[in-house]
Amino acid sequence: MSDVKSENRARFGVPADSMVFARGVRKTYGQLEVLKGVDLDVPEGSVACIIGPSGSGKSTFLRCINHLEKLSGGILLVDSQFVGYDLQGDKLYEVKDDLLCRRRAEIGMLFQSFNLFSHMTVMENLIEAPTQVRRIPLDQAKAEAEVLLRRVGLADKVDRYPRELSGGQQQRVAIARAMAMKPKVLLFDEPTSALDPELVGEVLQVMRDLAESGMTMVVVTHEIGFAREIGDQLVFMDGGVIVERGTPREMIANPTSPRTREFLSRVL
Amino acid sequence: MGVAHPTEIDIEPGAAAAVSRLIVVPQRRYGIWIGTAFALLLAFLIIRAFASNPAFAWGTAAGYLFHPSIMRGLGNTLMLTVIIMVLAIVVGTVIAIMRVSPSPVLRAFSGVYVWFFRGVPALIQLIFWFNLSLLVREISLTLPFLGTLFSVRTNDFMTPFFSAVVALSLCEAGYMAEIIRAGIKSVPSGQSEAASALGMPYRMILKRITLPQAMRFVLPPTGNEAINLLKMTSLVTFIAVDDLFYTAQSIYARTFETIPLLIVVAFWYLAVVSIMSVGQHFLERHFGRSDIRRDPLTMRALRNAISLRGLAR
Repeated sequence: MSDVKSENRARFGVPADSMVFARGVRKTYGQLEVLKGVDLDVPEGSVACIIGPSGSGKSTFLRCINHLEKLSGGILLVDSQFVGYDLQGDKLYEVKDDLLCRRRAEIGMLFQSFNLFSHMTVMENLIEAPTQVRRIPLDQAKAEAEVLLRRVGLADKVDRYPRELSGGQQQRVAIARAMAMKPKVLLFDEPTSALDPELVGEVLQVMRDLAESGMTMVVVTHEIGFAREIGDQLVFMDGGVIVERGTPREMIANPTSPRTREFLSRVL
Repeated sequence: MGVAHPTEIDIEPGAAAAVSRLIVVPQRRYGIWIGTAFALLLAFLIIRAFASNPAFAWGTAAGYLFHPSIMRGLGNTLMLTVIIMVLAIVVGTVIAIMRVSPSPVLRAFSGVYVWFFRGVPALIQLIFWFNLSLLVREISLTLPFLGTLFSVRTNDFMTPFFSAVVALSLCEAGYMAEIIRAGIKSVPSGQSEAASALGMPYRMILKRITLPQAMRFVLPPTGNEAINLLKMTSLVTFIAVDDLFYTAQSIYARTFETIPLLIVVAFWYLAVVSIMSVGQHFLERHFGRSDIRRDPLTMRALRNAISLRGLAR
């Protein structure tokens, strides 16, 4: 395993501490080019925030990271490994589904619409993947789930169904569900966009705690304040390319590109 | 916000009395009164016609209600319904899964299946299977090197009962496939997406996430299908399977008590359908349990869900 990693590092110049490494990532749907070559480095333990107008390709890029979308070009490595491919010589072989699933299980993802399994209780949501995918014993999975629920402040909701929870609570359960797989990296796809304003804070607080505990995170967000406070790097995407990147504080205070400036003036 | 709003409004005593004196007069609905009177009159006429016409021979009908042949026929009808429904659900699920599969060949195959078995009338399919021996004399399995493993004459196993099961299950499966497919489609795509992101493989997602959620949408129309099927089994009379209708027919062919025996048949179909409706109600409640609302926060969740759907578009 580590052989593959060091090979990839040497071959593509991946930094030693890299968690997400993207070079020239392209994605097309028929004639429509959604991503036109995206480069990104997310070091382990850091938080990258991606902002940009809707349709800029930021969600698509995020979905490329865990191979929910196949790339049309370029390379994307998570922990110095391809997710959906095996590299042999100059050929990228698509991996079999079970291997893809195993690798995907190490990348957590949060959605704008939470996507909790609506026919399962909170506890069932949390233990589903650990027991079914990882084959962890039920007792152990439940114990771990309880710890996670306490961490997101929802220990009293174990037997509730998603519908009985507020949006903020649902998103916190979704975070706990993703954490139950002990992922290397968490991807957030506009995690607070569907929430009532008074519920945004509780979700951001959980994300803040995660960031402080050293979790690697890639966050597509409209919460500029959150990006400034938590982000180690800020990326502004527009029209399928990264227009500007930098440390959040500097970039928000002094955007160099006029497009960034215009976007920030609209959302701030 | 410049104007200070008083926290309490002073109401003049005279005005308060004027408000409390008001009386609401309900709207008069003459149409409904006329309709009600008409419906009652109609019901009375119908009941009188049924009760007073001696040709109905209610006494004779009551006498045949628990007749041994009728009971045997009822048993066969129930058995047919259960066997065919179970097979139709199994085959229908497989066809539905093929219908949503990524493979265009599987999708086309299931499309043609539904097109054919839903398109040809059940009675014609039934008689076709019953006469299969005209088409295929014997069914055998012959493998290279091993020779013929087995061989059966079609007529030996295509009994009326067996042809009825085969024909009606295949036909009913076409309808069930459409119902189950619609159920699968009605599960929001975010559910399987989230499951994928958690590392669940396609088959596991179908079994653990998509199909259980589809159940909620699938159950009500399936109950309807089961009720339809119960009645559809009366078609097997044409190929001489002794179901409820056939046994009644063979009695009145002898005794000419046609109407009383048809009443007996109708009574049993109605009785079974009523029991099935009750069962359907409980099944629906069981599978809808994640819908049960226990706390007012639901309203907010609901609002979120609605606003989400708006955003998704």
